[in-house]
Amino acid sequence: MSQTQEQVPSVIKAEELNSKFKYEISKMPGAEKIMACFQCGTCTADCPIARYSQFYRPRRIARMVQLGLKERLLSDEALWLCSSCFTCVDHCPQGVEIAGIVRVLRNMAVADKAVLPLVYKELATNLMKNGYVYEIPESRRQKRVEMGLPPLPKPNLNDILKIFEVTGSLKLIEKVKTIEKVRS
Amino acid sequence: MANPKYLIFTGCVIPYRLSSYEISARKVLSKLGVELMEMPDFNCCGYPMDVINHDLMLTLAARNLCIAEKEGLNIMTLCNGCFCSLNETNKALKEDRKLREKINGYLKEVGMEFKGTIEVKHLIYVLSEDLGYEKIKSAVVKPLSKLKVAQHSGCHVVRPAKYVGRDDPENPHTLKNLIRLTGAECLDYVDEAECCGNPIIGVNEEVPFSMAKEKLDHIRAAGAQALITICPFCHIMFDLNQPRIERAFNEKYGLPVLHYTQLLGLAMGFTPEELAVNELRVKPLEILNLIR
Ligand code: SF4
Ligand code: SF4
Repeated sequence: MSQTQEQVPSVIKAEELNSKFKYEISKMPGAEKIMACFQCGTCTADCPIARYSQFYRPRRIARMVQLGLKERLLSDEALWLCSSCFTCVDHCPQGVEIAGIVRVLRNMAVADKAVLPLVYKELATNLMKNGYVYEIPESRRQKRVEMGLPPLPKPNLNDILKIFEVTGSLKLIEKVKTIEKVRS
Repeated sequence: MANPKYLIFTGCVIPYRLSSYEISARKVLSKLGVELMEMPDFNCCGYPMDVINHDLMLTLAARNLCIAEKEGLNIMTLCNGCFCSLNETNKALKEDRKLREKINGYLKEVGMEFKGTIEVKHLIYVLSEDLGYEKIKSAVVKPLSKLKVAQHSGCHVVRPAKYVGRDDPENPHTLKNLIRLTGAECLDYVDEAECCGNPIIGVNEEVPFSMAKEKLDHIRAAGAQALITICPFCHIMFDLNQPRIERAFNEKYGLPVLHYTQLLGLAMGFTPEELAVNELRVKPLEILNLIR
């Protein structure tokens, strides 16, 4: 992707910088090492998504977290483009787990901004309804058995719902506004 | 040595769309002497929920782990995604006392407790570590020596290295070794270790299609007659979505994509019908003729 095509973010105003944000983030499992990022760019260079997207840049995300650009980060839809391949985690010379940081930011976007791509809301709804993230119709369950496979168990749905409740996820999912597709 | 015994964890996507993987895996493993027990009352591994709430993913995964602990058996997954969430959760909860206490607080509400008494393995590690290459080799009765294939191991079976701790994520060789046991040649190609793109297909199609197309180009350039996968998501990307990728880029690949268990099954003398080869989207007619 050529430099000219890359989106240049608008000028940062001093009041946007939230100096506590990096400490908030570094308390979360998977994001502990954020302060160690020295902006070498290995993560962006090796990220398969950055190769094809004009907007998604893991190094930029790391720097924005350090600067405390919380609002920009959480409202940027490109956050949903990371494929969690963990290449950046294995390649970072400083042990920063970008994929973990992106996951923390996504969880925050769901909790604080109440946004979520539609597909995940659908998967969650299916999961609460039948224990699997896909609705597996009765006919397909039957076909399994005809093909010689053991019947698919029906998970205890009370347990599943309870887990959604006690982790606070049910409330989050009920109130999210969904995003259809994310541009790349 | 006693035969290896595992709870088989199919996850959601295999029963939903890829019975061919489960059918071939069960046939091949039972012939090799791996005893497979059914996982009672399991739920989604939790992986797709990590984007919403990390604790939700951990607790859903841990519920499955608790069921296995009660059965007193280790888990074998067929899917890289299930391996990722179950293995990571298992290791994180074993190592981090505070996290374990937190997740056990949630599990208490469903009458369960994570104790940390079992292991989670992906199919390819059951094959390479529990059975070993010699034993698999001796089960090959029809070496596929006319076949040239390429492998796509996928990400989560090797990454992040911190949790998997097996194979080399930059140059994965376990699947290659397993392929060579069948007599087939396993070709190298550019960027073999790269992601298939499937995890984000629900939010954006252009990027994953471009990623998969680039891999298909490299595999074709290497001269492979088929691609071998070990994950249902990677498989869907390259097999089920191949016609859509072809349309999007005005290309024609016609590259058959087989589950490793189908390739091994053919070499072990199973018929294509027994391995549900007819369920594949891209029909592997040429290679079936070649090995007949
Ligand atoms: S590879 Fe690590 S240190 Fe380098 S820019 Fe990325 S996160 Fe920062
Ligand atoms: S995990 Fe996400 S950020 Fe890291 S390399 Fe993969 S797609 Fe890029």
